[in-house]
Amino acid sequence: MLLLGVGVFFGLIGTIYWFTAYEDGGTMMLVGTCLLGLLPGSYYFYWHRRMPVRPEDRDDATMEDGAGTIDSFPGSSIWPFVIGMSAFLITMGLVFGFWLALPGVGLLLTALAGVTAESRRGGTV
Amino acid sequence: MTDVITPPATSGGIDLPDEHAPVAAHGHEEHGPSGLLKWLTSTDHKVIGMSYMITSLVLFYVAGIMALIIRLQLASPNSSLVDFQQYNQLFTMHGSLMLYLFAGPFAFGGLANYIVPLQIGAPDMAFPRLNALSYWLYLTGSIAMMSSFLVAGGAPSFGWVSYAPLSNATNSPGAGGDMWIMAIALTGFSAIFTGVNLVATIFYLRAPGMTMFRMPIFTWNMLVTALLILIAFPVLTSALIMLFCDRHFGTHIYSVVGGGSPILWQNLFWFFGHPEVYILALPYFGIVTEVLPVFSRKPVFGYKGMVFATMAIAALSTGVWAHHMFTTGAVLLPFFSLLTLLIAVPTGIKFFNWIGTMWRGQLQMTTAMLFCIGFLFVFLIGGITGVMLGSPPIDFFVHDTYFVVAHFHNVLIGTAVFAGFAGIYYWYPKMFGRMLDERLGKWHFWLLFIGFWITFMPQYVLGLKGMPRRVAVYPDNLGWQIYNQISTVGAFIIAASFAIMLWNLWISWRRPVLAGDNPWDAHTLEWFTTSPPPHHNYTHLPPIRSERPTWDANHPDAPALEHGHPRQSPNGSRKGGERKVGTH
Amino acid sequence: MPAGGPSTSVAPVDTPTAGTPPDGPNLNPRRPRSHRWAIAASLAVPLVLAGCQVPSFGAYKGVTKQANDSFKLWQGFFIGSLILGGIVIALIVWAVLRYRRRSDEIPGQTQYHTLFEITYTVIPVIIVLVLFAFTVVTENEVTATPKGNVAIQVTAFQWGWQFYYPATGKAVQGVLSEDPQMVVPTGETVNITLKSADVIHGFYVPEFNFSQYAQPGYDNHFNFTPLHNGTFRGQCTQLCGLYHSLMVFSVKSVPPAQFQAWVHQVPAGHASLNQLKAQIAAKGPGA
Repeated sequence: MLLLGVGVFFGLIGTIYWFTAYEDGGTMMLVGTCLLGLLPGSYYFYWHRRMPVRPEDRDDATMEDGAGTIDSFPGSSIWPFVIGMSAFLITMGLVFGFWLALPGVGLLLTALAGVTAESRRGGTV
Repeated sequence: MTDVITPPATSGGIDLPDEHAPVAAHGHEEHGPSGLLKWLTSTDHKVIGMSYMITSLVLFYVAGIMALIIRLQLASPNSSLVDFQQYNQLFTMHGSLMLYLFAGPFAFGGLANYIVPLQIGAPDMAFPRLNALSYWLYLTGSIAMMSSFLVAGGAPSFGWVSYAPLSNATNSPGAGGDMWIMAIALTGFSAIFTGVNLVATIFYLRAPGMTMFRMPIFTWNMLVTALLILIAFPVLTSALIMLFCDRHFGTHIYSVVGGGSPILWQNLFWFFGHPEVYILALPYFGIVTEVLPVFSRKPVFGYKGMVFATMAIAALSTGVWAHHMFTTGAVLLPFFSLLTLLIAVPTGIKFFNWIGTMWRGQLQMTTAMLFCIGFLFVFLIGGITGVMLGSPPIDFFVHDTYFVVAHFHNVLIGTAVFAGFAGIYYWYPKMFGRMLDERLGKWHFWLLFIGFWITFMPQYVLGLKGMPRRVAVYPDNLGWQIYNQISTVGAFIIAASFAIMLWNLWISWRRPVLAGDNPWDAHTLEWFTTSPPPHHNYTHLPPIRSERPTWDANHPDAPALEHGHPRQSPNGSRKGGERKVGTH
Repeated sequence: MPAGGPSTSVAPVDTPTAGTPPDGPNLNPRRPRSHRWAIAASLAVPLVLAGCQVPSFGAYKGVTKQANDSFKLWQGFFIGSLILGGIVIALIVWAVLRYRRRSDEIPGQTQYHTLFEITYTVIPVIIVLVLFAFTVVTENEVTATPKGNVAIQVTAFQWGWQFYYPATGKAVQGVLSEDPQMVVPTGETVNITLKSADVIHGFYVPEFNFSQYAQPGYDNHFNFTPLHNGTFRGQCTQLCGLYHSLMVFSVKSVPPAQFQAWVHQVPAGHASLNQLKAQIAAKGPGA
């Protein structure tokens, strides 16, 4: 609901702005924000009506209602660090020269493989 | 390795038998990595949050030293302490560090990362590896930003807003500017990923019974902040990419020559820039809304009003960007002026709710509380001057003068510093299991409060007298020097206050005073668990029936009045204070 | 204050008729009033020092008609701020002093009060609309550009100014701290066209209560009508590079006859902008 509200609000403001300011940049940004709200908001709205109320949304829920597996939370993983370093190398490569970006791209590909394997296997690679 | 988490045991602080105990407790920590590798690979939101907070505080001190150099330069009219180029670099980097690398990351990367999952009863953030990636992007971005000092040509000198065409390749050549662009791109993605994480966590990982309208206001504010991040940062990143293309790939997006428009940069930048300052402010408003009720021994006044006011502030903030552009002559003045003035309304609602929270309470003047009260005064003045700036005819004569400098320091220091340090003093016991010294904390507060006014009130005067901003020297025959000197003295008083903070941190490690689970008799869920919290946060949870689950568990005979009215105060329990609050 | 007592000391906020701050009787003789005044004074003194030079509140009254309009708006905003800010500060100070912890008793756990909340939503909206109305009126006066008596083209460049009078071809220019001077006739309306040759600069004359950006590719137009003779300082306000701090100029307003004599003295030729820029490069810093 929140997101839909966001979408509607920006739709309104964007329209007002377009007609009063005749300014392209700002209008596009407001339209973008409108979509930001409408797209996920509509998705949630649609599914919310078809799903039972979850324990965290019920006033009287008790802890037993939430018993069972919550989710899978990956523990230690080296891959975020690797991806971070690769991002750093790639951006510095853009500044200083492509030779620097190459190891960055290499690291990134390795990391993507590693993260995928890690998620499938449920453990560090 | 992956942990499959089952929720912690049920209420009443009773440990139920094993079938309800979380699987994670079975000693996987013994098999995990240790030392440096443990830090590099951690996905625990508490470790990541702590890393963010420490990194951002280090950068805060670095940027503070830059500010001191700036103030020293300005203490005399024709000082040659630094030359023009260095001066321009100093204020560019001071602003960039403070805004991009401290205020935001401390709030949404540091504090929110640590506190939000605890406050909603979640074991971690929704995407722990993404969370870790956010931190590494932030760290590498910070390194890139600081490294710009080391490249040929030095750090960028075009101001933290890097207006085109000053920031193009002709006027600001050199790798420094490019490093700056990349640094902000990296930290921008860091912020976007954190925003995604926060929204997902808050929507999906709340404990049973923690409905949206029972979440603490800090969490609500972080949700709204996260949405603002998702709205604003992509625009910044895109604008920066375009700037980079202009600088290196021969495009003419922002330059007139090829049919582009420098004003486009301003529009794009400020569409990010204005929500950015609310991204900076809202988390800190949330901190104040956490601390004030605890030390007034009352619930938040006007909870729903606070939530809607926060949403209103965020919504309006996306529509006011061009109030930074009133003097371009290219924006629709009434539209932006009206929306800017209107933001004062929800902010005012928050103010009155904060006062209402304190009203008829039992106020305990702990350090955290003092910082919050200081925030109220500081932000009030800053907000009022903001309303003045929202009126174009007034803006025309104070724009780009020290009036604006004083205004934004007023609001930013009010939020990021006063409220931020309130958060530090408040949550430090929870994070580290030990207390910070109250006496030193009060010295910190009073020096900061007094130093703040001495530094910035003369700057309002200077702005009204006509002193422009971003100037390294000024005429000696206009009477500006005395105000500048007073301001510089104030800056050093502020510096002294932060030295005391460091001392306080130091002795809390050398001579720890242990804190219990809930030294402040606080209200929200994170105070139910141990200090510091265990690996997946909770071994058991109380029932959640209001926005103050820990208070309800500890004070079952003093529930919030369902139909609040100041007159009908059937005073709560006579025997309050089972838990003595630690006011030293 | 007796329990559940009259709500008069809880001042309904924002009504300008609230009068004196809700100080109330000094109910705790052990806490001297002087304490309260000390705190209030320590807050007020820096504020006063900061420029409450009644009644201009720190701004220039201004030497042009437009400046006077802006000045009056400023005074109005400032007075409104004093009242509102004063009320809120008083409320905070009162709460902080009055409700300090006296015992471990848990206070009434009031959570909301719908009437108050609506009141302090609606009243600020009204105040904002009033401020906005005054703003629009002043804004329209200040930004109006009917045709005036004198047209001047101002070109800003790194790092100096050129003032060109198309009617007679007169040009004045100067770089860095040479302080080029724009001469204008008192009492007559001047049309300015503001341009930039390179990056964005800011044309700012404090005593005109006005500034505007000079932008490449986008000309700005504004008017001013000086009301007094005199010389008024101006400076660039938008960061424009290395010598931004030195881009000064001035505006001199003289009787119309004197102005006419001056503007018709057109010396032959004048340096082009590129030549001026070369001068800057040759001079180096600190000119």
